[in-house]
Amino acid sequence: MIDHLTEFRKETSAWLEENCPVSMRGQTKDIAELYWGGRNSDFTSEDQKIWFKRMHDKGWIVPYWDKKYGGGGLSPLENKILAEEMTRLRCKQPLFSFGISMLGPALLKFATEEQKGHYLKDIVDAKIRWCQGYSEPNAGSDLAGLQMKAVDKGDHYLINGSKIWTSYGDNADWIFCLVRTNTEVKKQEGISFLLIDMNSEGVEARPIQLISGKSAFTETFFDDVKVPKENLVGELNKGWTIAKYLLTHERQMIGGIGEADQKFSTRDVVVDAVGLHNGVLNDSILRTELVTHEMNLAIYDMTIERAIDEAKAGNNSGAASSLFKYFGTELNVEAMEIIMTAGGMDELAIEGEATSNGFIAKRFLRSKGNTIEGGTSEIQLNIISKNILGLPSK
Amino acid sequence: MALVLNEEQAMLKESVKDFLNMKSPISALRELRDTNNPDGFDRSVWAEMAELGLTGLNISEEFGGLDFGYIGLGQALEEAGRTLAASPLVSTVLLSTTAINLCGSDPQKAMLLPELAEGNLIMSFAHEEKTHHNPTHVATTATLDGDFYTINGSKTFVLDGHVADKFVVVARVSGAVNDKEGIQLFLVDSNREGIKVNRTMMMDNRNAAKVNFSNTSISKENKMNLSCFEDLEKIYAIGAIGLAAEMLGSAQECFEKTIAYLKERQQFGVAIGSFQALQHRAAKMFIDIELSKSVVIKALKAIDTNENNLTEIASLAKAKLGQTLKLVSNEGIQMHGGVGMTDDVEIGFFIKRARVAQQTLGDYNYHLDRYAKLRGY
Repeated sequence: MIDHLTEFRKETSAWLEENCPVSMRGQTKDIAELYWGGRNSDFTSEDQKIWFKRMHDKGWIVPYWDKKYGGGGLSPLENKILAEEMTRLRCKQPLFSFGISMLGPALLKFATEEQKGHYLKDIVDAKIRWCQGYSEPNAGSDLAGLQMKAVDKGDHYLINGSKIWTSYGDNADWIFCLVRTNTEVKKQEGISFLLIDMNSEGVEARPIQLISGKSAFTETFFDDVKVPKENLVGELNKGWTIAKYLLTHERQMIGGIGEADQKFSTRDVVVDAVGLHNGVLNDSILRTELVTHEMNLAIYDMTIERAIDEAKAGNNSGAASSLFKYFGTELNVEAMEIIMTAGGMDELAIEGEATSNGFIAKRFLRSKGNTIEGGTSEIQLNIISKNILGLPSK
Repeated sequence: MALVLNEEQAMLKESVKDFLNMKSPISALRELRDTNNPDGFDRSVWAEMAELGLTGLNISEEFGGLDFGYIGLGQALEEAGRTLAASPLVSTVLLSTTAINLCGSDPQKAMLLPELAEGNLIMSFAHEEKTHHNPTHVATTATLDGDFYTINGSKTFVLDGHVADKFVVVARVSGAVNDKEGIQLFLVDSNREGIKVNRTMMMDNRNAAKVNFSNTSISKENKMNLSCFEDLEKIYAIGAIGLAAEMLGSAQECFEKTIAYLKERQQFGVAIGSFQALQHRAAKMFIDIELSKSVVIKALKAIDTNENNLTEIASLAKAKLGQTLKLVSNEGIQMHGGVGMTDDVEIGFFIKRARVAQQTLGDYNYHLDRYAKLRGY
């Protein structure tokens, strides 16, 4: 067993060394530079195309999915080794896909064999780019209060309503949605999970401009959209179970946004901006803020490490995702606040070379969304107090 | 090393928990206080703790210990923190045994470690001289004259100093107060001439004596082998991590008692735990405790695997636990309301221990400042 894994690591490392083009290595500064796949996508470079094709031929676009779905069929340990080797050699992801990270887990757990064969394969082949349709203008923290209707018309569902905060909705091919299929029952019990082709007549995605000036989200409108009945995933009116399952995944993703995604160290930025005197930061108040932040960050990393070790040892608490979502995003927001304080007037510029066109200012503004998206910080605290601490509802 | 306990360590923790729940619950601390116990702890319970092996957890088998390392001792301290058990676990096992392990000469180890493992010896680490933890402030002097050292100076906050059979005294053989160079450790029997011990009952009903050395003469074999200031920092680092483990136990117990009260206490016709204003504060405490568990086990492992960033991780652990226990013990009282202010309920015992533990081996501010320095700013 050990021999096999040692051998696997050796082979994997050698294969990556040989097959990953040099330009496909190194830090990913912005997810926009990765290949996203989909009907309208193109590779941004020949190397990107080669890298995708090689990994695809190997089955390593999603290495841990079953081979019959286009995956690599790797065991968890093999997958971990591959991930470690890719990190070590700084190989970029060959495909960035919400299909892999957000829809895939739901299909694997809740879809029919036929659906899995079809949709998972299209994700792996980068044929379809997915987006998520959960929140609605009147259903944010109260997600189960969603109102977008799917009415049974015999051979299809008729969809009317709108979704909001659809990440990159204007570039996606398909959307996985939570829809209202029963209005007579408790709100959680009348929700279904439906897959919708964005090319269908009556679908429109309008970008939303954020305070950071960027438009990564859309509001997505559905006006008498016809959806075949076989696009339902799982049982009718059982969509909430799938949603909760997926939200756990999403929380873990957003919670991981902290320093790892930040590509720059808060300390370095602050020390650069404020300066040292006799080895001590020139601003004693900011120093306290920075050190408090750095300590929390270090302990947060240790907590991730412990959660992984606990899971391996079979003591999964399940509490973890809300804790990580809450604390990870609060830390990210805190880091941006400290950096803005350190930068003072300079970092207020939103354009110009000196600030890389407001790189920091835009990130600061965008960070405010971290404690909202994927369930607000307050919702995470509700989940902890009810599900873990067992505190009573009124 | 994974950040989880192995089977042996988990069993140790369980057995210490059962033992302390039976022999040293919080009510035992109350009784020690109310009866004005002259020792400040129960010697028969201490003897049983020694029988359980707790006095030898960090002593190698060669010297009659269990060789469980600091992860093992950390589990015992955490459980002691839960019941607020008063015993010489910190003064003797955590601090003095560690000092002898790290800086004792071979004959000193051979003579003292077996006695410590057996629980026959109560020792105290005499280092503080100021109102706040300060490793370089050593005004106490040790002057060599022939075969004898003469010790002069005053120590404060000497944990269990009034019952110690022996002190490990931090004294200066050269240099000026606040110099890192010239500091040494000495083993001093508490019955030597020229030693005056004043017992000070602390807020947590434990004891920290003021000890005065006036021309106290000891033979030169009692000098230990502190080779540099970093060795002294290592003793303090291990001590701070052990304290953090104890504080983790106290924080968890205090938190659990508070959550139970939120579920039980009725106001406006409902359990007060149904109010969101309290729920969110409770959830934040839960998060702080989970974070605290991670840093404590990471730090304990760092001692056993001899990591070279021990001082950094010790500051991380002690600062975090200082903050967590302060929050949880403050909120414990606030959430208990008026009844939390009464001596009848046990919640108030936690804030008292919290404040003493906070000052022991450096408070939150001390470790925050040091962490920043170690990180280069």
